[in-house]
Amino acid sequence: MTNAPSTAPEPSTAGAPPRPSGRPARRQRQFRELGVLLAVVVLITATWLHNPGFLSSQGVRDLFLGATVLAVLAVGQALVLITKNVDLSVGSVMGLSAFGTGLLFVTFPGLPVPVAVLAGVVIGLVCGLLNGLLVTTVQVPALVVTLGTLYAYRGLNHWWADGGQVNAHDMPSAFLLLGRISVLGVPLPAAVAIAVVAAVGFYLARYRSGRELYAIGSNADAARLSGIPAARRVMVAFAVNGALAGLAGVLFAARYGTVDSTVGTGMELQVVAAAVVGGVAIAGGVGTVYGAALGAVLLTTITAALPIWRIDQFWHQAVVGALILAAIALDRLLALRTARKLRGGGARGA
Amino acid sequence: MDPTEVPPPLALVDVTKSFGSVRALRGLSLELRAGEIHALVGENGAGKSTLVKTIAGVHRPDGGQLLVDGRPTGFAAPVDAQNAGIAVIYQEPTLFPDLSVAENIFVGRQPRTRWATIDRRRMRHETEGVFSRLGVRMDPDRPARGLSIADQQLVEIAKALTRQARVLVMDEPTAALSGVEAERLFTVARTLRDSGAALLFISHRFDEVFSLCDRITVVRDGAFVSCDPTSELDVDTVVRRMVGREVTSLYPKEEAEHGETVLEVEGLTRDGVFADVSFSVRAGEIVALAGLVGAGRSEVIRAVFGVDRYDAGSVRVQGRELAGGRPKAAMAAGIALVPEDRRQQGLVMESSIERNATATRRRPLSRLGLLRPSAERASAEEWGERLNLKFGRLDDSVSTLSGGNQQKVVLAKWLSTEPRVLFVDEPTRGIDVGTKAEVHRLLSGLAGRGLAIVMVSSELPEVLGMADRVLVMHEGRVTAELDRAEADEESVMYAATGQRPSEAV
Amino acid sequence: MAPERTATASAPDRTNGPGPAREERPAARLRALLSGREAPVVSALLVAVLGAALFVDMFATARNIDFMLLSVAAIALMALPMTLIVITGEIDLSVASTLALTSATLGVLWEAGVPIETALWICLGVGALLGAFNGLLVTVCGLPSLAVTIGTMALYRGLAYVLLGDRAVASYPSNWVGGAREHFLGLPGLPWIAVAVLVLAVLFGVLLHATAVGRSLFDIGNNDEAARFTGVSVRWTKFWLFTLSGVVASGAGVFWTMQYGTSRADTAFGLELQVVAAVLLGGVSIFGGIGSVLGVMSGVLLLGVIRNALQLFGVGSEVLQVVTGLILIASVVTPNIAARVRARRASGPQPPPAHAPPPVSASTKGEDS
Repeated sequence: MTNAPSTAPEPSTAGAPPRPSGRPARRQRQFRELGVLLAVVVLITATWLHNPGFLSSQGVRDLFLGATVLAVLAVGQALVLITKNVDLSVGSVMGLSAFGTGLLFVTFPGLPVPVAVLAGVVIGLVCGLLNGLLVTTVQVPALVVTLGTLYAYRGLNHWWADGGQVNAHDMPSAFLLLGRISVLGVPLPAAVAIAVVAAVGFYLARYRSGRELYAIGSNADAARLSGIPAARRVMVAFAVNGALAGLAGVLFAARYGTVDSTVGTGMELQVVAAAVVGGVAIAGGVGTVYGAALGAVLLTTITAALPIWRIDQFWHQAVVGALILAAIALDRLLALRTARKLRGGGARGA
Repeated sequence: MDPTEVPPPLALVDVTKSFGSVRALRGLSLELRAGEIHALVGENGAGKSTLVKTIAGVHRPDGGQLLVDGRPTGFAAPVDAQNAGIAVIYQEPTLFPDLSVAENIFVGRQPRTRWATIDRRRMRHETEGVFSRLGVRMDPDRPARGLSIADQQLVEIAKALTRQARVLVMDEPTAALSGVEAERLFTVARTLRDSGAALLFISHRFDEVFSLCDRITVVRDGAFVSCDPTSELDVDTVVRRMVGREVTSLYPKEEAEHGETVLEVEGLTRDGVFADVSFSVRAGEIVALAGLVGAGRSEVIRAVFGVDRYDAGSVRVQGRELAGGRPKAAMAAGIALVPEDRRQQGLVMESSIERNATATRRRPLSRLGLLRPSAERASAEEWGERLNLKFGRLDDSVSTLSGGNQQKVVLAKWLSTEPRVLFVDEPTRGIDVGTKAEVHRLLSGLAGRGLAIVMVSSELPEVLGMADRVLVMHEGRVTAELDRAEADEESVMYAATGQRPSEAV
Repeated sequence: MAPERTATASAPDRTNGPGPAREERPAARLRALLSGREAPVVSALLVAVLGAALFVDMFATARNIDFMLLSVAAIALMALPMTLIVITGEIDLSVASTLALTSATLGVLWEAGVPIETALWICLGVGALLGAFNGLLVTVCGLPSLAVTIGTMALYRGLAYVLLGDRAVASYPSNWVGGAREHFLGLPGLPWIAVAVLVLAVLFGVLLHATAVGRSLFDIGNNDEAARFTGVSVRWTKFWLFTLSGVVASGAGVFWTMQYGTSRADTAFGLELQVVAAVLLGGVSIFGGIGSVLGVMSGVLLLGVIRNALQLFGVGSEVLQVVTGLILIASVVTPNIAARVRARRASGPQPPPAHAPPPVSASTKGEDS
C-alpha cells in the first residue's frame, strides 16, 4: 500500500472544505485564554486607575508572589484534568511538603538549600505517585481516591506536626532569600512559576506524550486501541502534579517562613477553580496550562483588588464562586456555538 | 501479485478463543491475500467481532496460529498488530473528538523534529497528502468532533494509509452510511486493493458483499464453514451456509384490514433537521419511512414521540392534539417508540431483563405508589413468553442476551403498554436472520390486530416486504408517498436520492 | 440492491441456558440483600459496634451514644438526598455551604428580630432556592454538576461570609438551643433527631427502592438517554433532586445552628466531603446507577462509630482524619479487587451464567459474539 493509487476516487462531497474561516475550535480555544488574559488586564488597569498604589513596586511584587503558588498548583491540576481525572489532594500534598521542608531545616540545621527544595518536591512526587497508582492500577475514580488521600495526607501532616509549627528563625536565611530575591525584576518564585508554565505548556503542545494526555481525556477507549500507554501517562500526570504541589509547598515555606500543619487547607477548590476559569474542562481533553495559570492570576488579582475597591474582603469567596459558574457557562456556550458551526459546515446527507 | 507464490500477509489457522465457558471461536481459519477484498459473513454471534478483535490484537487467541507473512506471530496489544501492518476500522470509529483530524491520523507517531518535538507542518502536509490520495477534502486542523460517521471512517482509512498498512479490516463499515457514502467507501477500498493491500470486509448486506468482494468466507458458531470465490456463490447458498439449513425467503406479510386514522402528523418542522412533514397512519397499517441515513427519518419519529422538540406543525392521535416535547404525554396517548439504538436508547444495559421489560409500566404495576414485585415479575414473564424470549433468569442483566433477544426485550417493554401507534426504528438492525424473521412476523401480526405501525428502515427489502405504504424522505423532506403496489426498489431509491422529487405527494 | 433473504425457521439460539430457574422469593431476596454492594459496609458497621462495645470502655453508655448520634445527625440528613443525586450520576458538593448560608441567614434574621418560627421557614425556602439554582444550572444549562457545585460551594460560602463576616450570632433562645438535643420520649441515648433521621431514611428508602420514581433514578444513572426514551423527564427529576438537596441541607443548617447554639460563616467547613465519603462508603457508585439507602446510612454510622471509638481511645483527631481517608479508599478499592478475584475464578472451571459476555475490560462495542 506504499505506492499511492494515482487515480483518486471522486472527491468527497462530505467533510468540511477548507474555508478561510476554518479551524474554529482551535481559534475558539485561543479566544478563551485571551479572554481570561483580557479580564486580568482590564481588572489590573481599572484598579490601577482607581488607585495607582496598586501597581507600586511592592504591589506588583505582592501580585506576582500571590499568584505563584496557585499558578504552579493550577498547572499540575490542568495536567490531571486534561486526562479526565481530578486531584483533590493537592492542598494536603502542598501542606505536607511545606511542613516537611521546614522540619528538615529544624532536624538538620546545616542542610544545603537545594537538598531541602528537592526533598519537598520528592515528598509531593511520592504523594502524587500514590494517587496515580491507586487511580490506574486499582481503577478507582480519581475523585474518590484523592478525596480519601486529601484526608489521609492532611491527617499525616497533623500527626507529624503534632500541633507544632516551624518558624522563620528555624530556616536558613539563604532559603528565605529564595522568596525575596528577584531575577530581572521578577521575584524568583514567580520566575520559577513562569518557567514551569512555559515548560509544561510546551511539553503538552509539542511532545507526543503530551498530546497523548489530551487523547486519553478525549476518548479513553480509542486511546487504548491506539496503543497509548494510558495507565502510564495518567500515572505520570499525577506524579508531576504531586511534584508541582511539592514545589508549591516549598515556595510557600520560602515565602512565608512560618509553616504549620494547616498550610494549603481548602486550597484544592481554589486550584480547580483556577483551572476551570482558565478554560480547562472538567470533562477532560480540553484546555491548556497557560489558561490554568491565567486563571490563577485572575483569582489572585481579584483577591488583591478587592480591598482597593473598598469591597469587603468577605465578598472574595462569593466572587470566586460566581466566576467559576460564569466560566463553565461560557465554555458551554462556546462549545454549543462551535458544534453548530461544525454541523453547518456540514458533513451530513450527501 | 500472484498470491500463490508469496505467503499471504495475514492468515489465521485453527484459532480458538473462549470467554469463560462460552467458546467464541472454535478452530477458525482465514487467509487474506494481497490485492484481494475478502468478505467475512456470518450471523450475529458467529464470532465475527471476536475474530476482528483477535486480528486487531485486542484479544489473544487461546489456541491456533496467527501468521503474518507466513511467520507465526503473537499480538500482545493492539500496537503489535498495528506495527505488523494491520489496520482495523470499527463500525463506530474511535477518534479523539478534541484532537485535530491530523493529530487523529498521526496519534502516537507524529512526525518529529530533531528535538523530538512534533513537526506540525510536516504532519499537516502529510495529512493533506493522504487526503488528496483518497480524494477527500477535509481541513486537517479541524477537530474530529462533529465529523459524520462516513468522514470519521475516512479519517481511519487515512490513518491506515499513513501507517503503510498492508491489511485493512473493516467491521461493518457501511452500517451507518448512506448509499452515496458507502459507494465512496467502496471506491476507496477498490483503489487500495488495486495497490496491493489485503482487505477484510464484514457486512450484513449481501448486495455489498457480492459487488465488492473477491472471495467470501462463511463462519457459523465460531467455526469456519466455507471459503469460495464470489463468482461461484449466490445469496441463497451463502445464507444457507450461515444459518446451517434450508431457508425460504419470505416476508410474512399478513393482509390486515385498515381501520380509522389513528395518527395524523401535519407540517411537522424542526429547523435544520426536517421540514413540513405530513402523514397519517390508520389502524392495522404499516407505514415505512424510507430514505438514506441522515434524511431525518428517525428525527421525525423522535419528535412525534416527544423526545426531541419540534418548531412547527401538529400531531394528532385519534383526533386529539398531542403536546410536543413530552414523551410521557405521547405514551399516555398510546404511542410507543422502539428506538434506533438499542443499547443506548432502548435498554438500560446494566439493569435486569425484568426491570427493562417493565420500565414503561411502573405506575400501573404499583399500588398506592409502591411497586408490587410480584406484578412486575408476572408482567415480565408474560411478555417474555409471548415474544419467545430466550433467557437464563429474569434477574440477569439484559446485556447477557444476544442482540435479537435484547430487541425482544425492547419490544416487550413497549408492547406491554398496549399502544395504538407503534414506531419502530430499524427494528432488525444487527440481529440475526432467525430473530429477524420473528420480528417481522410479530410486526405483521400486530398490524393484523389493528395496531398502527410506523417503521423506519434502511433495508429496502424490509421496507418493500413489510409496508402497506412507503414514505420516502430526502434531506429532511418527504419526497414521495408510494403505495405497496407502486413501491419498488427503483422508485424508492429515486425519491431517496432526491432525483425525481415530485413523483408523488 | 439485491433482495435479502430471511429465514423463517427460528435460528438456533445460543442463549438457551438452564431454563428459567425460579427461586423462592424471600430466600432469594435475603441472599440478594446479603450479597449486595452494601453488605460489606453493613457487616463492617456491626463489627465496629460490637468491637467498640466490647473493647472501648465508655462506648456503650447512653451519654456516649447520644453524643455520637448527634455528631453524625447533620451528615446523615444531607447524605439522604446526596444518595439519590449520586445514583443519578450527579453530585452536589455545595451542601455544606448551603448549610452555612442557611445558618447565617437564620442568624441575620434572628438579630433583625424575626421570630425563630418564621425564620425557620424562610431558611427552608432559602435552601430550596439555593438547591433549585444548582438544579437550574445542571439541567437547563446542561453544565456538569461537579463543576457547578464546586462553584456554588464557593459562592454560597462566600455569601455566608458576606452576611456574617467573621462575627458569630450566639444569642438564640435557650429552649431552642437545648431543644435540639432533647431526647426522644425522654429515652437516654436517643436524641429526637436520630428518630427524625430514621423516619426520613425510611421514607427515602421507600422512595428509592419501591416506587416508580426511584427506579427511574437508577435508570437515569445507568443510561439517561434510555430513561428519556422511556418517558422519564430526566431534567425535571434532577432539578427536583437538587432542590430537595437544598431543602434538606437547609434543614440540617437550622438544626446545626440550634445544636451548637451559634451561627458562623465558616461553620461546617469541609463537611460536604464527609457526606460524599459516607455515601461512597455506603456502596453508592460514583458513576451512578448503583446504591441503597441502607448502605449509606450504615456508612454514615460506621464513620461516626469509628471516630467516636477512636476518640474514646484517646486517639487524636489527626489520626481520625487519616482513618477517614483510608476507609474511604478501602471502600472503593476492596470491591474492585474482589470483583477481579471473582472474575479470575469465574474464568476457571465452574460454568458461568448462560451466555456470559466477554470480560468488560476488553469489549469496546460490537453486537455479536
